[in-house]
Amino acid sequence: MSIVKSVTCPVCGSLCDDIELTIENNEVVKVKYGCAMSESKFLGYKGEHRIKTPLIRKDGALVPVTMDEAVHKAAEILANATYPIMYGWSSTSCEAQRVGVELAEEIGGIIDNTAVVCHGPSILGVQEVGIPTCTLGQIRHRADLIIYWGCDPWSAHPRHLERYTSFTEGKFEKSEWKSYLQKVKAQAGKKKLASLRRGGFVKFSPRVQPAGAACSVTGPPQTLKKAGRKLVVIDVRKTMTAEIADYFVQVEPNKDYEVMQTLRALVRDQELDVEKVAGVPVGYLEEVADALVSCEFGVIFFGMGLTQTAGKFRNIEVAISLVRDLNKFTKFAIMPMRGHFNVTGADVVSAWQSGYPFSVDFSLGYPRYNPGETTCTDVLMRGESDASLVIAADPGANFPKRAVQHMVSKPLIVIDPHMNATAMLGDVVIPSAFVGIEVEGTAYRMDHVPLPLKKVVEPPKGILSDEEILKRILEEVQTIKLQRMKQTAEAVAQ
Amino acid sequence: MGQQKLHVTLLTGRTIEQGVGKEQGKSSPLYFEACSMVYMDGDDMKKLGVKNGENVLVTTPDGSVVLRAIKYPRAATPGLIYIPYGPWANAVCSEATTSIGMPSFKGTPAEVEPAPDKPVLSMAELLKVEFGR
Repeated sequence: MSIVKSVTCPVCGSLCDDIELTIENNEVVKVKYGCAMSESKFLGYKGEHRIKTPLIRKDGALVPVTMDEAVHKAAEILANATYPIMYGWSSTSCEAQRVGVELAEEIGGIIDNTAVVCHGPSILGVQEVGIPTCTLGQIRHRADLIIYWGCDPWSAHPRHLERYTSFTEGKFEKSEWKSYLQKVKAQAGKKKLASLRRGGFVKFSPRVQPAGAACSVTGPPQTLKKAGRKLVVIDVRKTMTAEIADYFVQVEPNKDYEVMQTLRALVRDQELDVEKVAGVPVGYLEEVADALVSCEFGVIFFGMGLTQTAGKFRNIEVAISLVRDLNKFTKFAIMPMRGHFNVTGADVVSAWQSGYPFSVDFSLGYPRYNPGETTCTDVLMRGESDASLVIAADPGANFPKRAVQHMVSKPLIVIDPHMNATAMLGDVVIPSAFVGIEVEGTAYRMDHVPLPLKKVVEPPKGILSDEEILKRILEEVQTIKLQRMKQTAEAVAQ
Repeated sequence: MGQQKLHVTLLTGRTIEQGVGKEQGKSSPLYFEACSMVYMDGDDMKKLGVKNGENVLVTTPDGSVVLRAIKYPRAATPGLIYIPYGPWANAVCSEATTSIGMPSFKGTPAEVEPAPDKPVLSMAELLKVEFGR
């Protein structure tokens, strides 16, 4: 039995690097400090849902083949395609992503990562207006106002609050963990009293605030004026994170843009002639604007609640503009809550290799980037691609139906450790080793800090890393193309 | 007997159960339990005459899917339904990318109706129906 300390967790964009794993007989048997998702991955990687051998679809069913056979078939598909797409990349290492860009250039296809259905609009917003941002370390030590807008870290990045924001003990800002516990106790007490009152055991009527009405009954709570770190959540529904917030602003769906423009007007002391914006009384937004201006260092974290709703990249553009405005009064930063553990790395590698962060089209022999035209979702829905390679992602479960229908109608290569929806639909399925468990590599945290991923156990016999599989496919594609050129030259000579 | 149909706004997104399920394996029972459901407002469920855990049919211009209706435990969310990310959500989500590649996964119109006699399909069954594999 051995214990490996300071392991980086390969699950979400928080990349917690303090995980402690106990290894026994080349298996992870215990996970310390990890969240529920981290534990599920570290203990579940060896489970029955793993693909054990390469598979090729024959007569409608996936049948086991050798690795050489699967790699050759994949290379043949890619070498023969005229407009293939290569999608995924967010749950693998930068080293594999680098080979991916080389392969995309070799076959003249589109390389796109999961940002296209995640924070692609954020990238477009940043390209419009820039981004005032910082590292999570600065936020941990200095931020006294934390805003989560359209995201629920308690569900999607479970340790984000504990490691980087409200519940972390910073050098200059203290943890709000104790006040949170007091709040939970007070809420439990109120619920108990309400229950006793309903049962007729007590006669007095405690003032119980109805659930979900944080900004519609008694006005903004005094917690917004408290000392120490303040936590504000802005969302369309009361999420788990909203439950622990000092102030929760419930916005009507698709109206975040209006709320942000209102806040921009309010921080500039402009008068508004409406009573409510997106269902929120302007008086309450004035309280938020006061908190924004009066903090010493604030940060807005935003998620899919902004990028996937009406406005999309315009929401991000105005959120960044709000932060830019606030920097006239105080210090403020903004950061997207990146989902997959190395989606930031996929953007970074793509940008340094091709000049563009996602949706890069090599079909003309040089990189082109035109979201709407070269985004793989649009390419698929227009029915333009003639083959697909999916790696470290699951568009079969996460793309709109029409996009998947076209993807399945053409040859589909899948490289993944698990039998996910896309693998079930694939024509060539190649199992890979888990990056960050069975293979080492590099991943970028959501604040663009690169961190090393550790290898803690050996992969199953015969299972290669994503990087190795891609290198073998690339070599095979180059061989096929060389043979084709020789045949053409011979035909011309005759 | 409740109302026949309810017009709502559809949101899709993350839940911690979906996150744990996807890491365990997408063909795991945990992933199925976490993703083949829809969070609804308690009063909306009463209007439809649907009890906690009963099946409903969610329909949008892009498709329809049968899911288990679960009352959202944290607060009232009248007129909103929430389906965790996954193949069930994607059977009904809007494919409008507004020329930037991003489908409209949140804030699109949908209809919900009771479906006591229709089963919730497993991932394999759903993929077979939608993509023939």
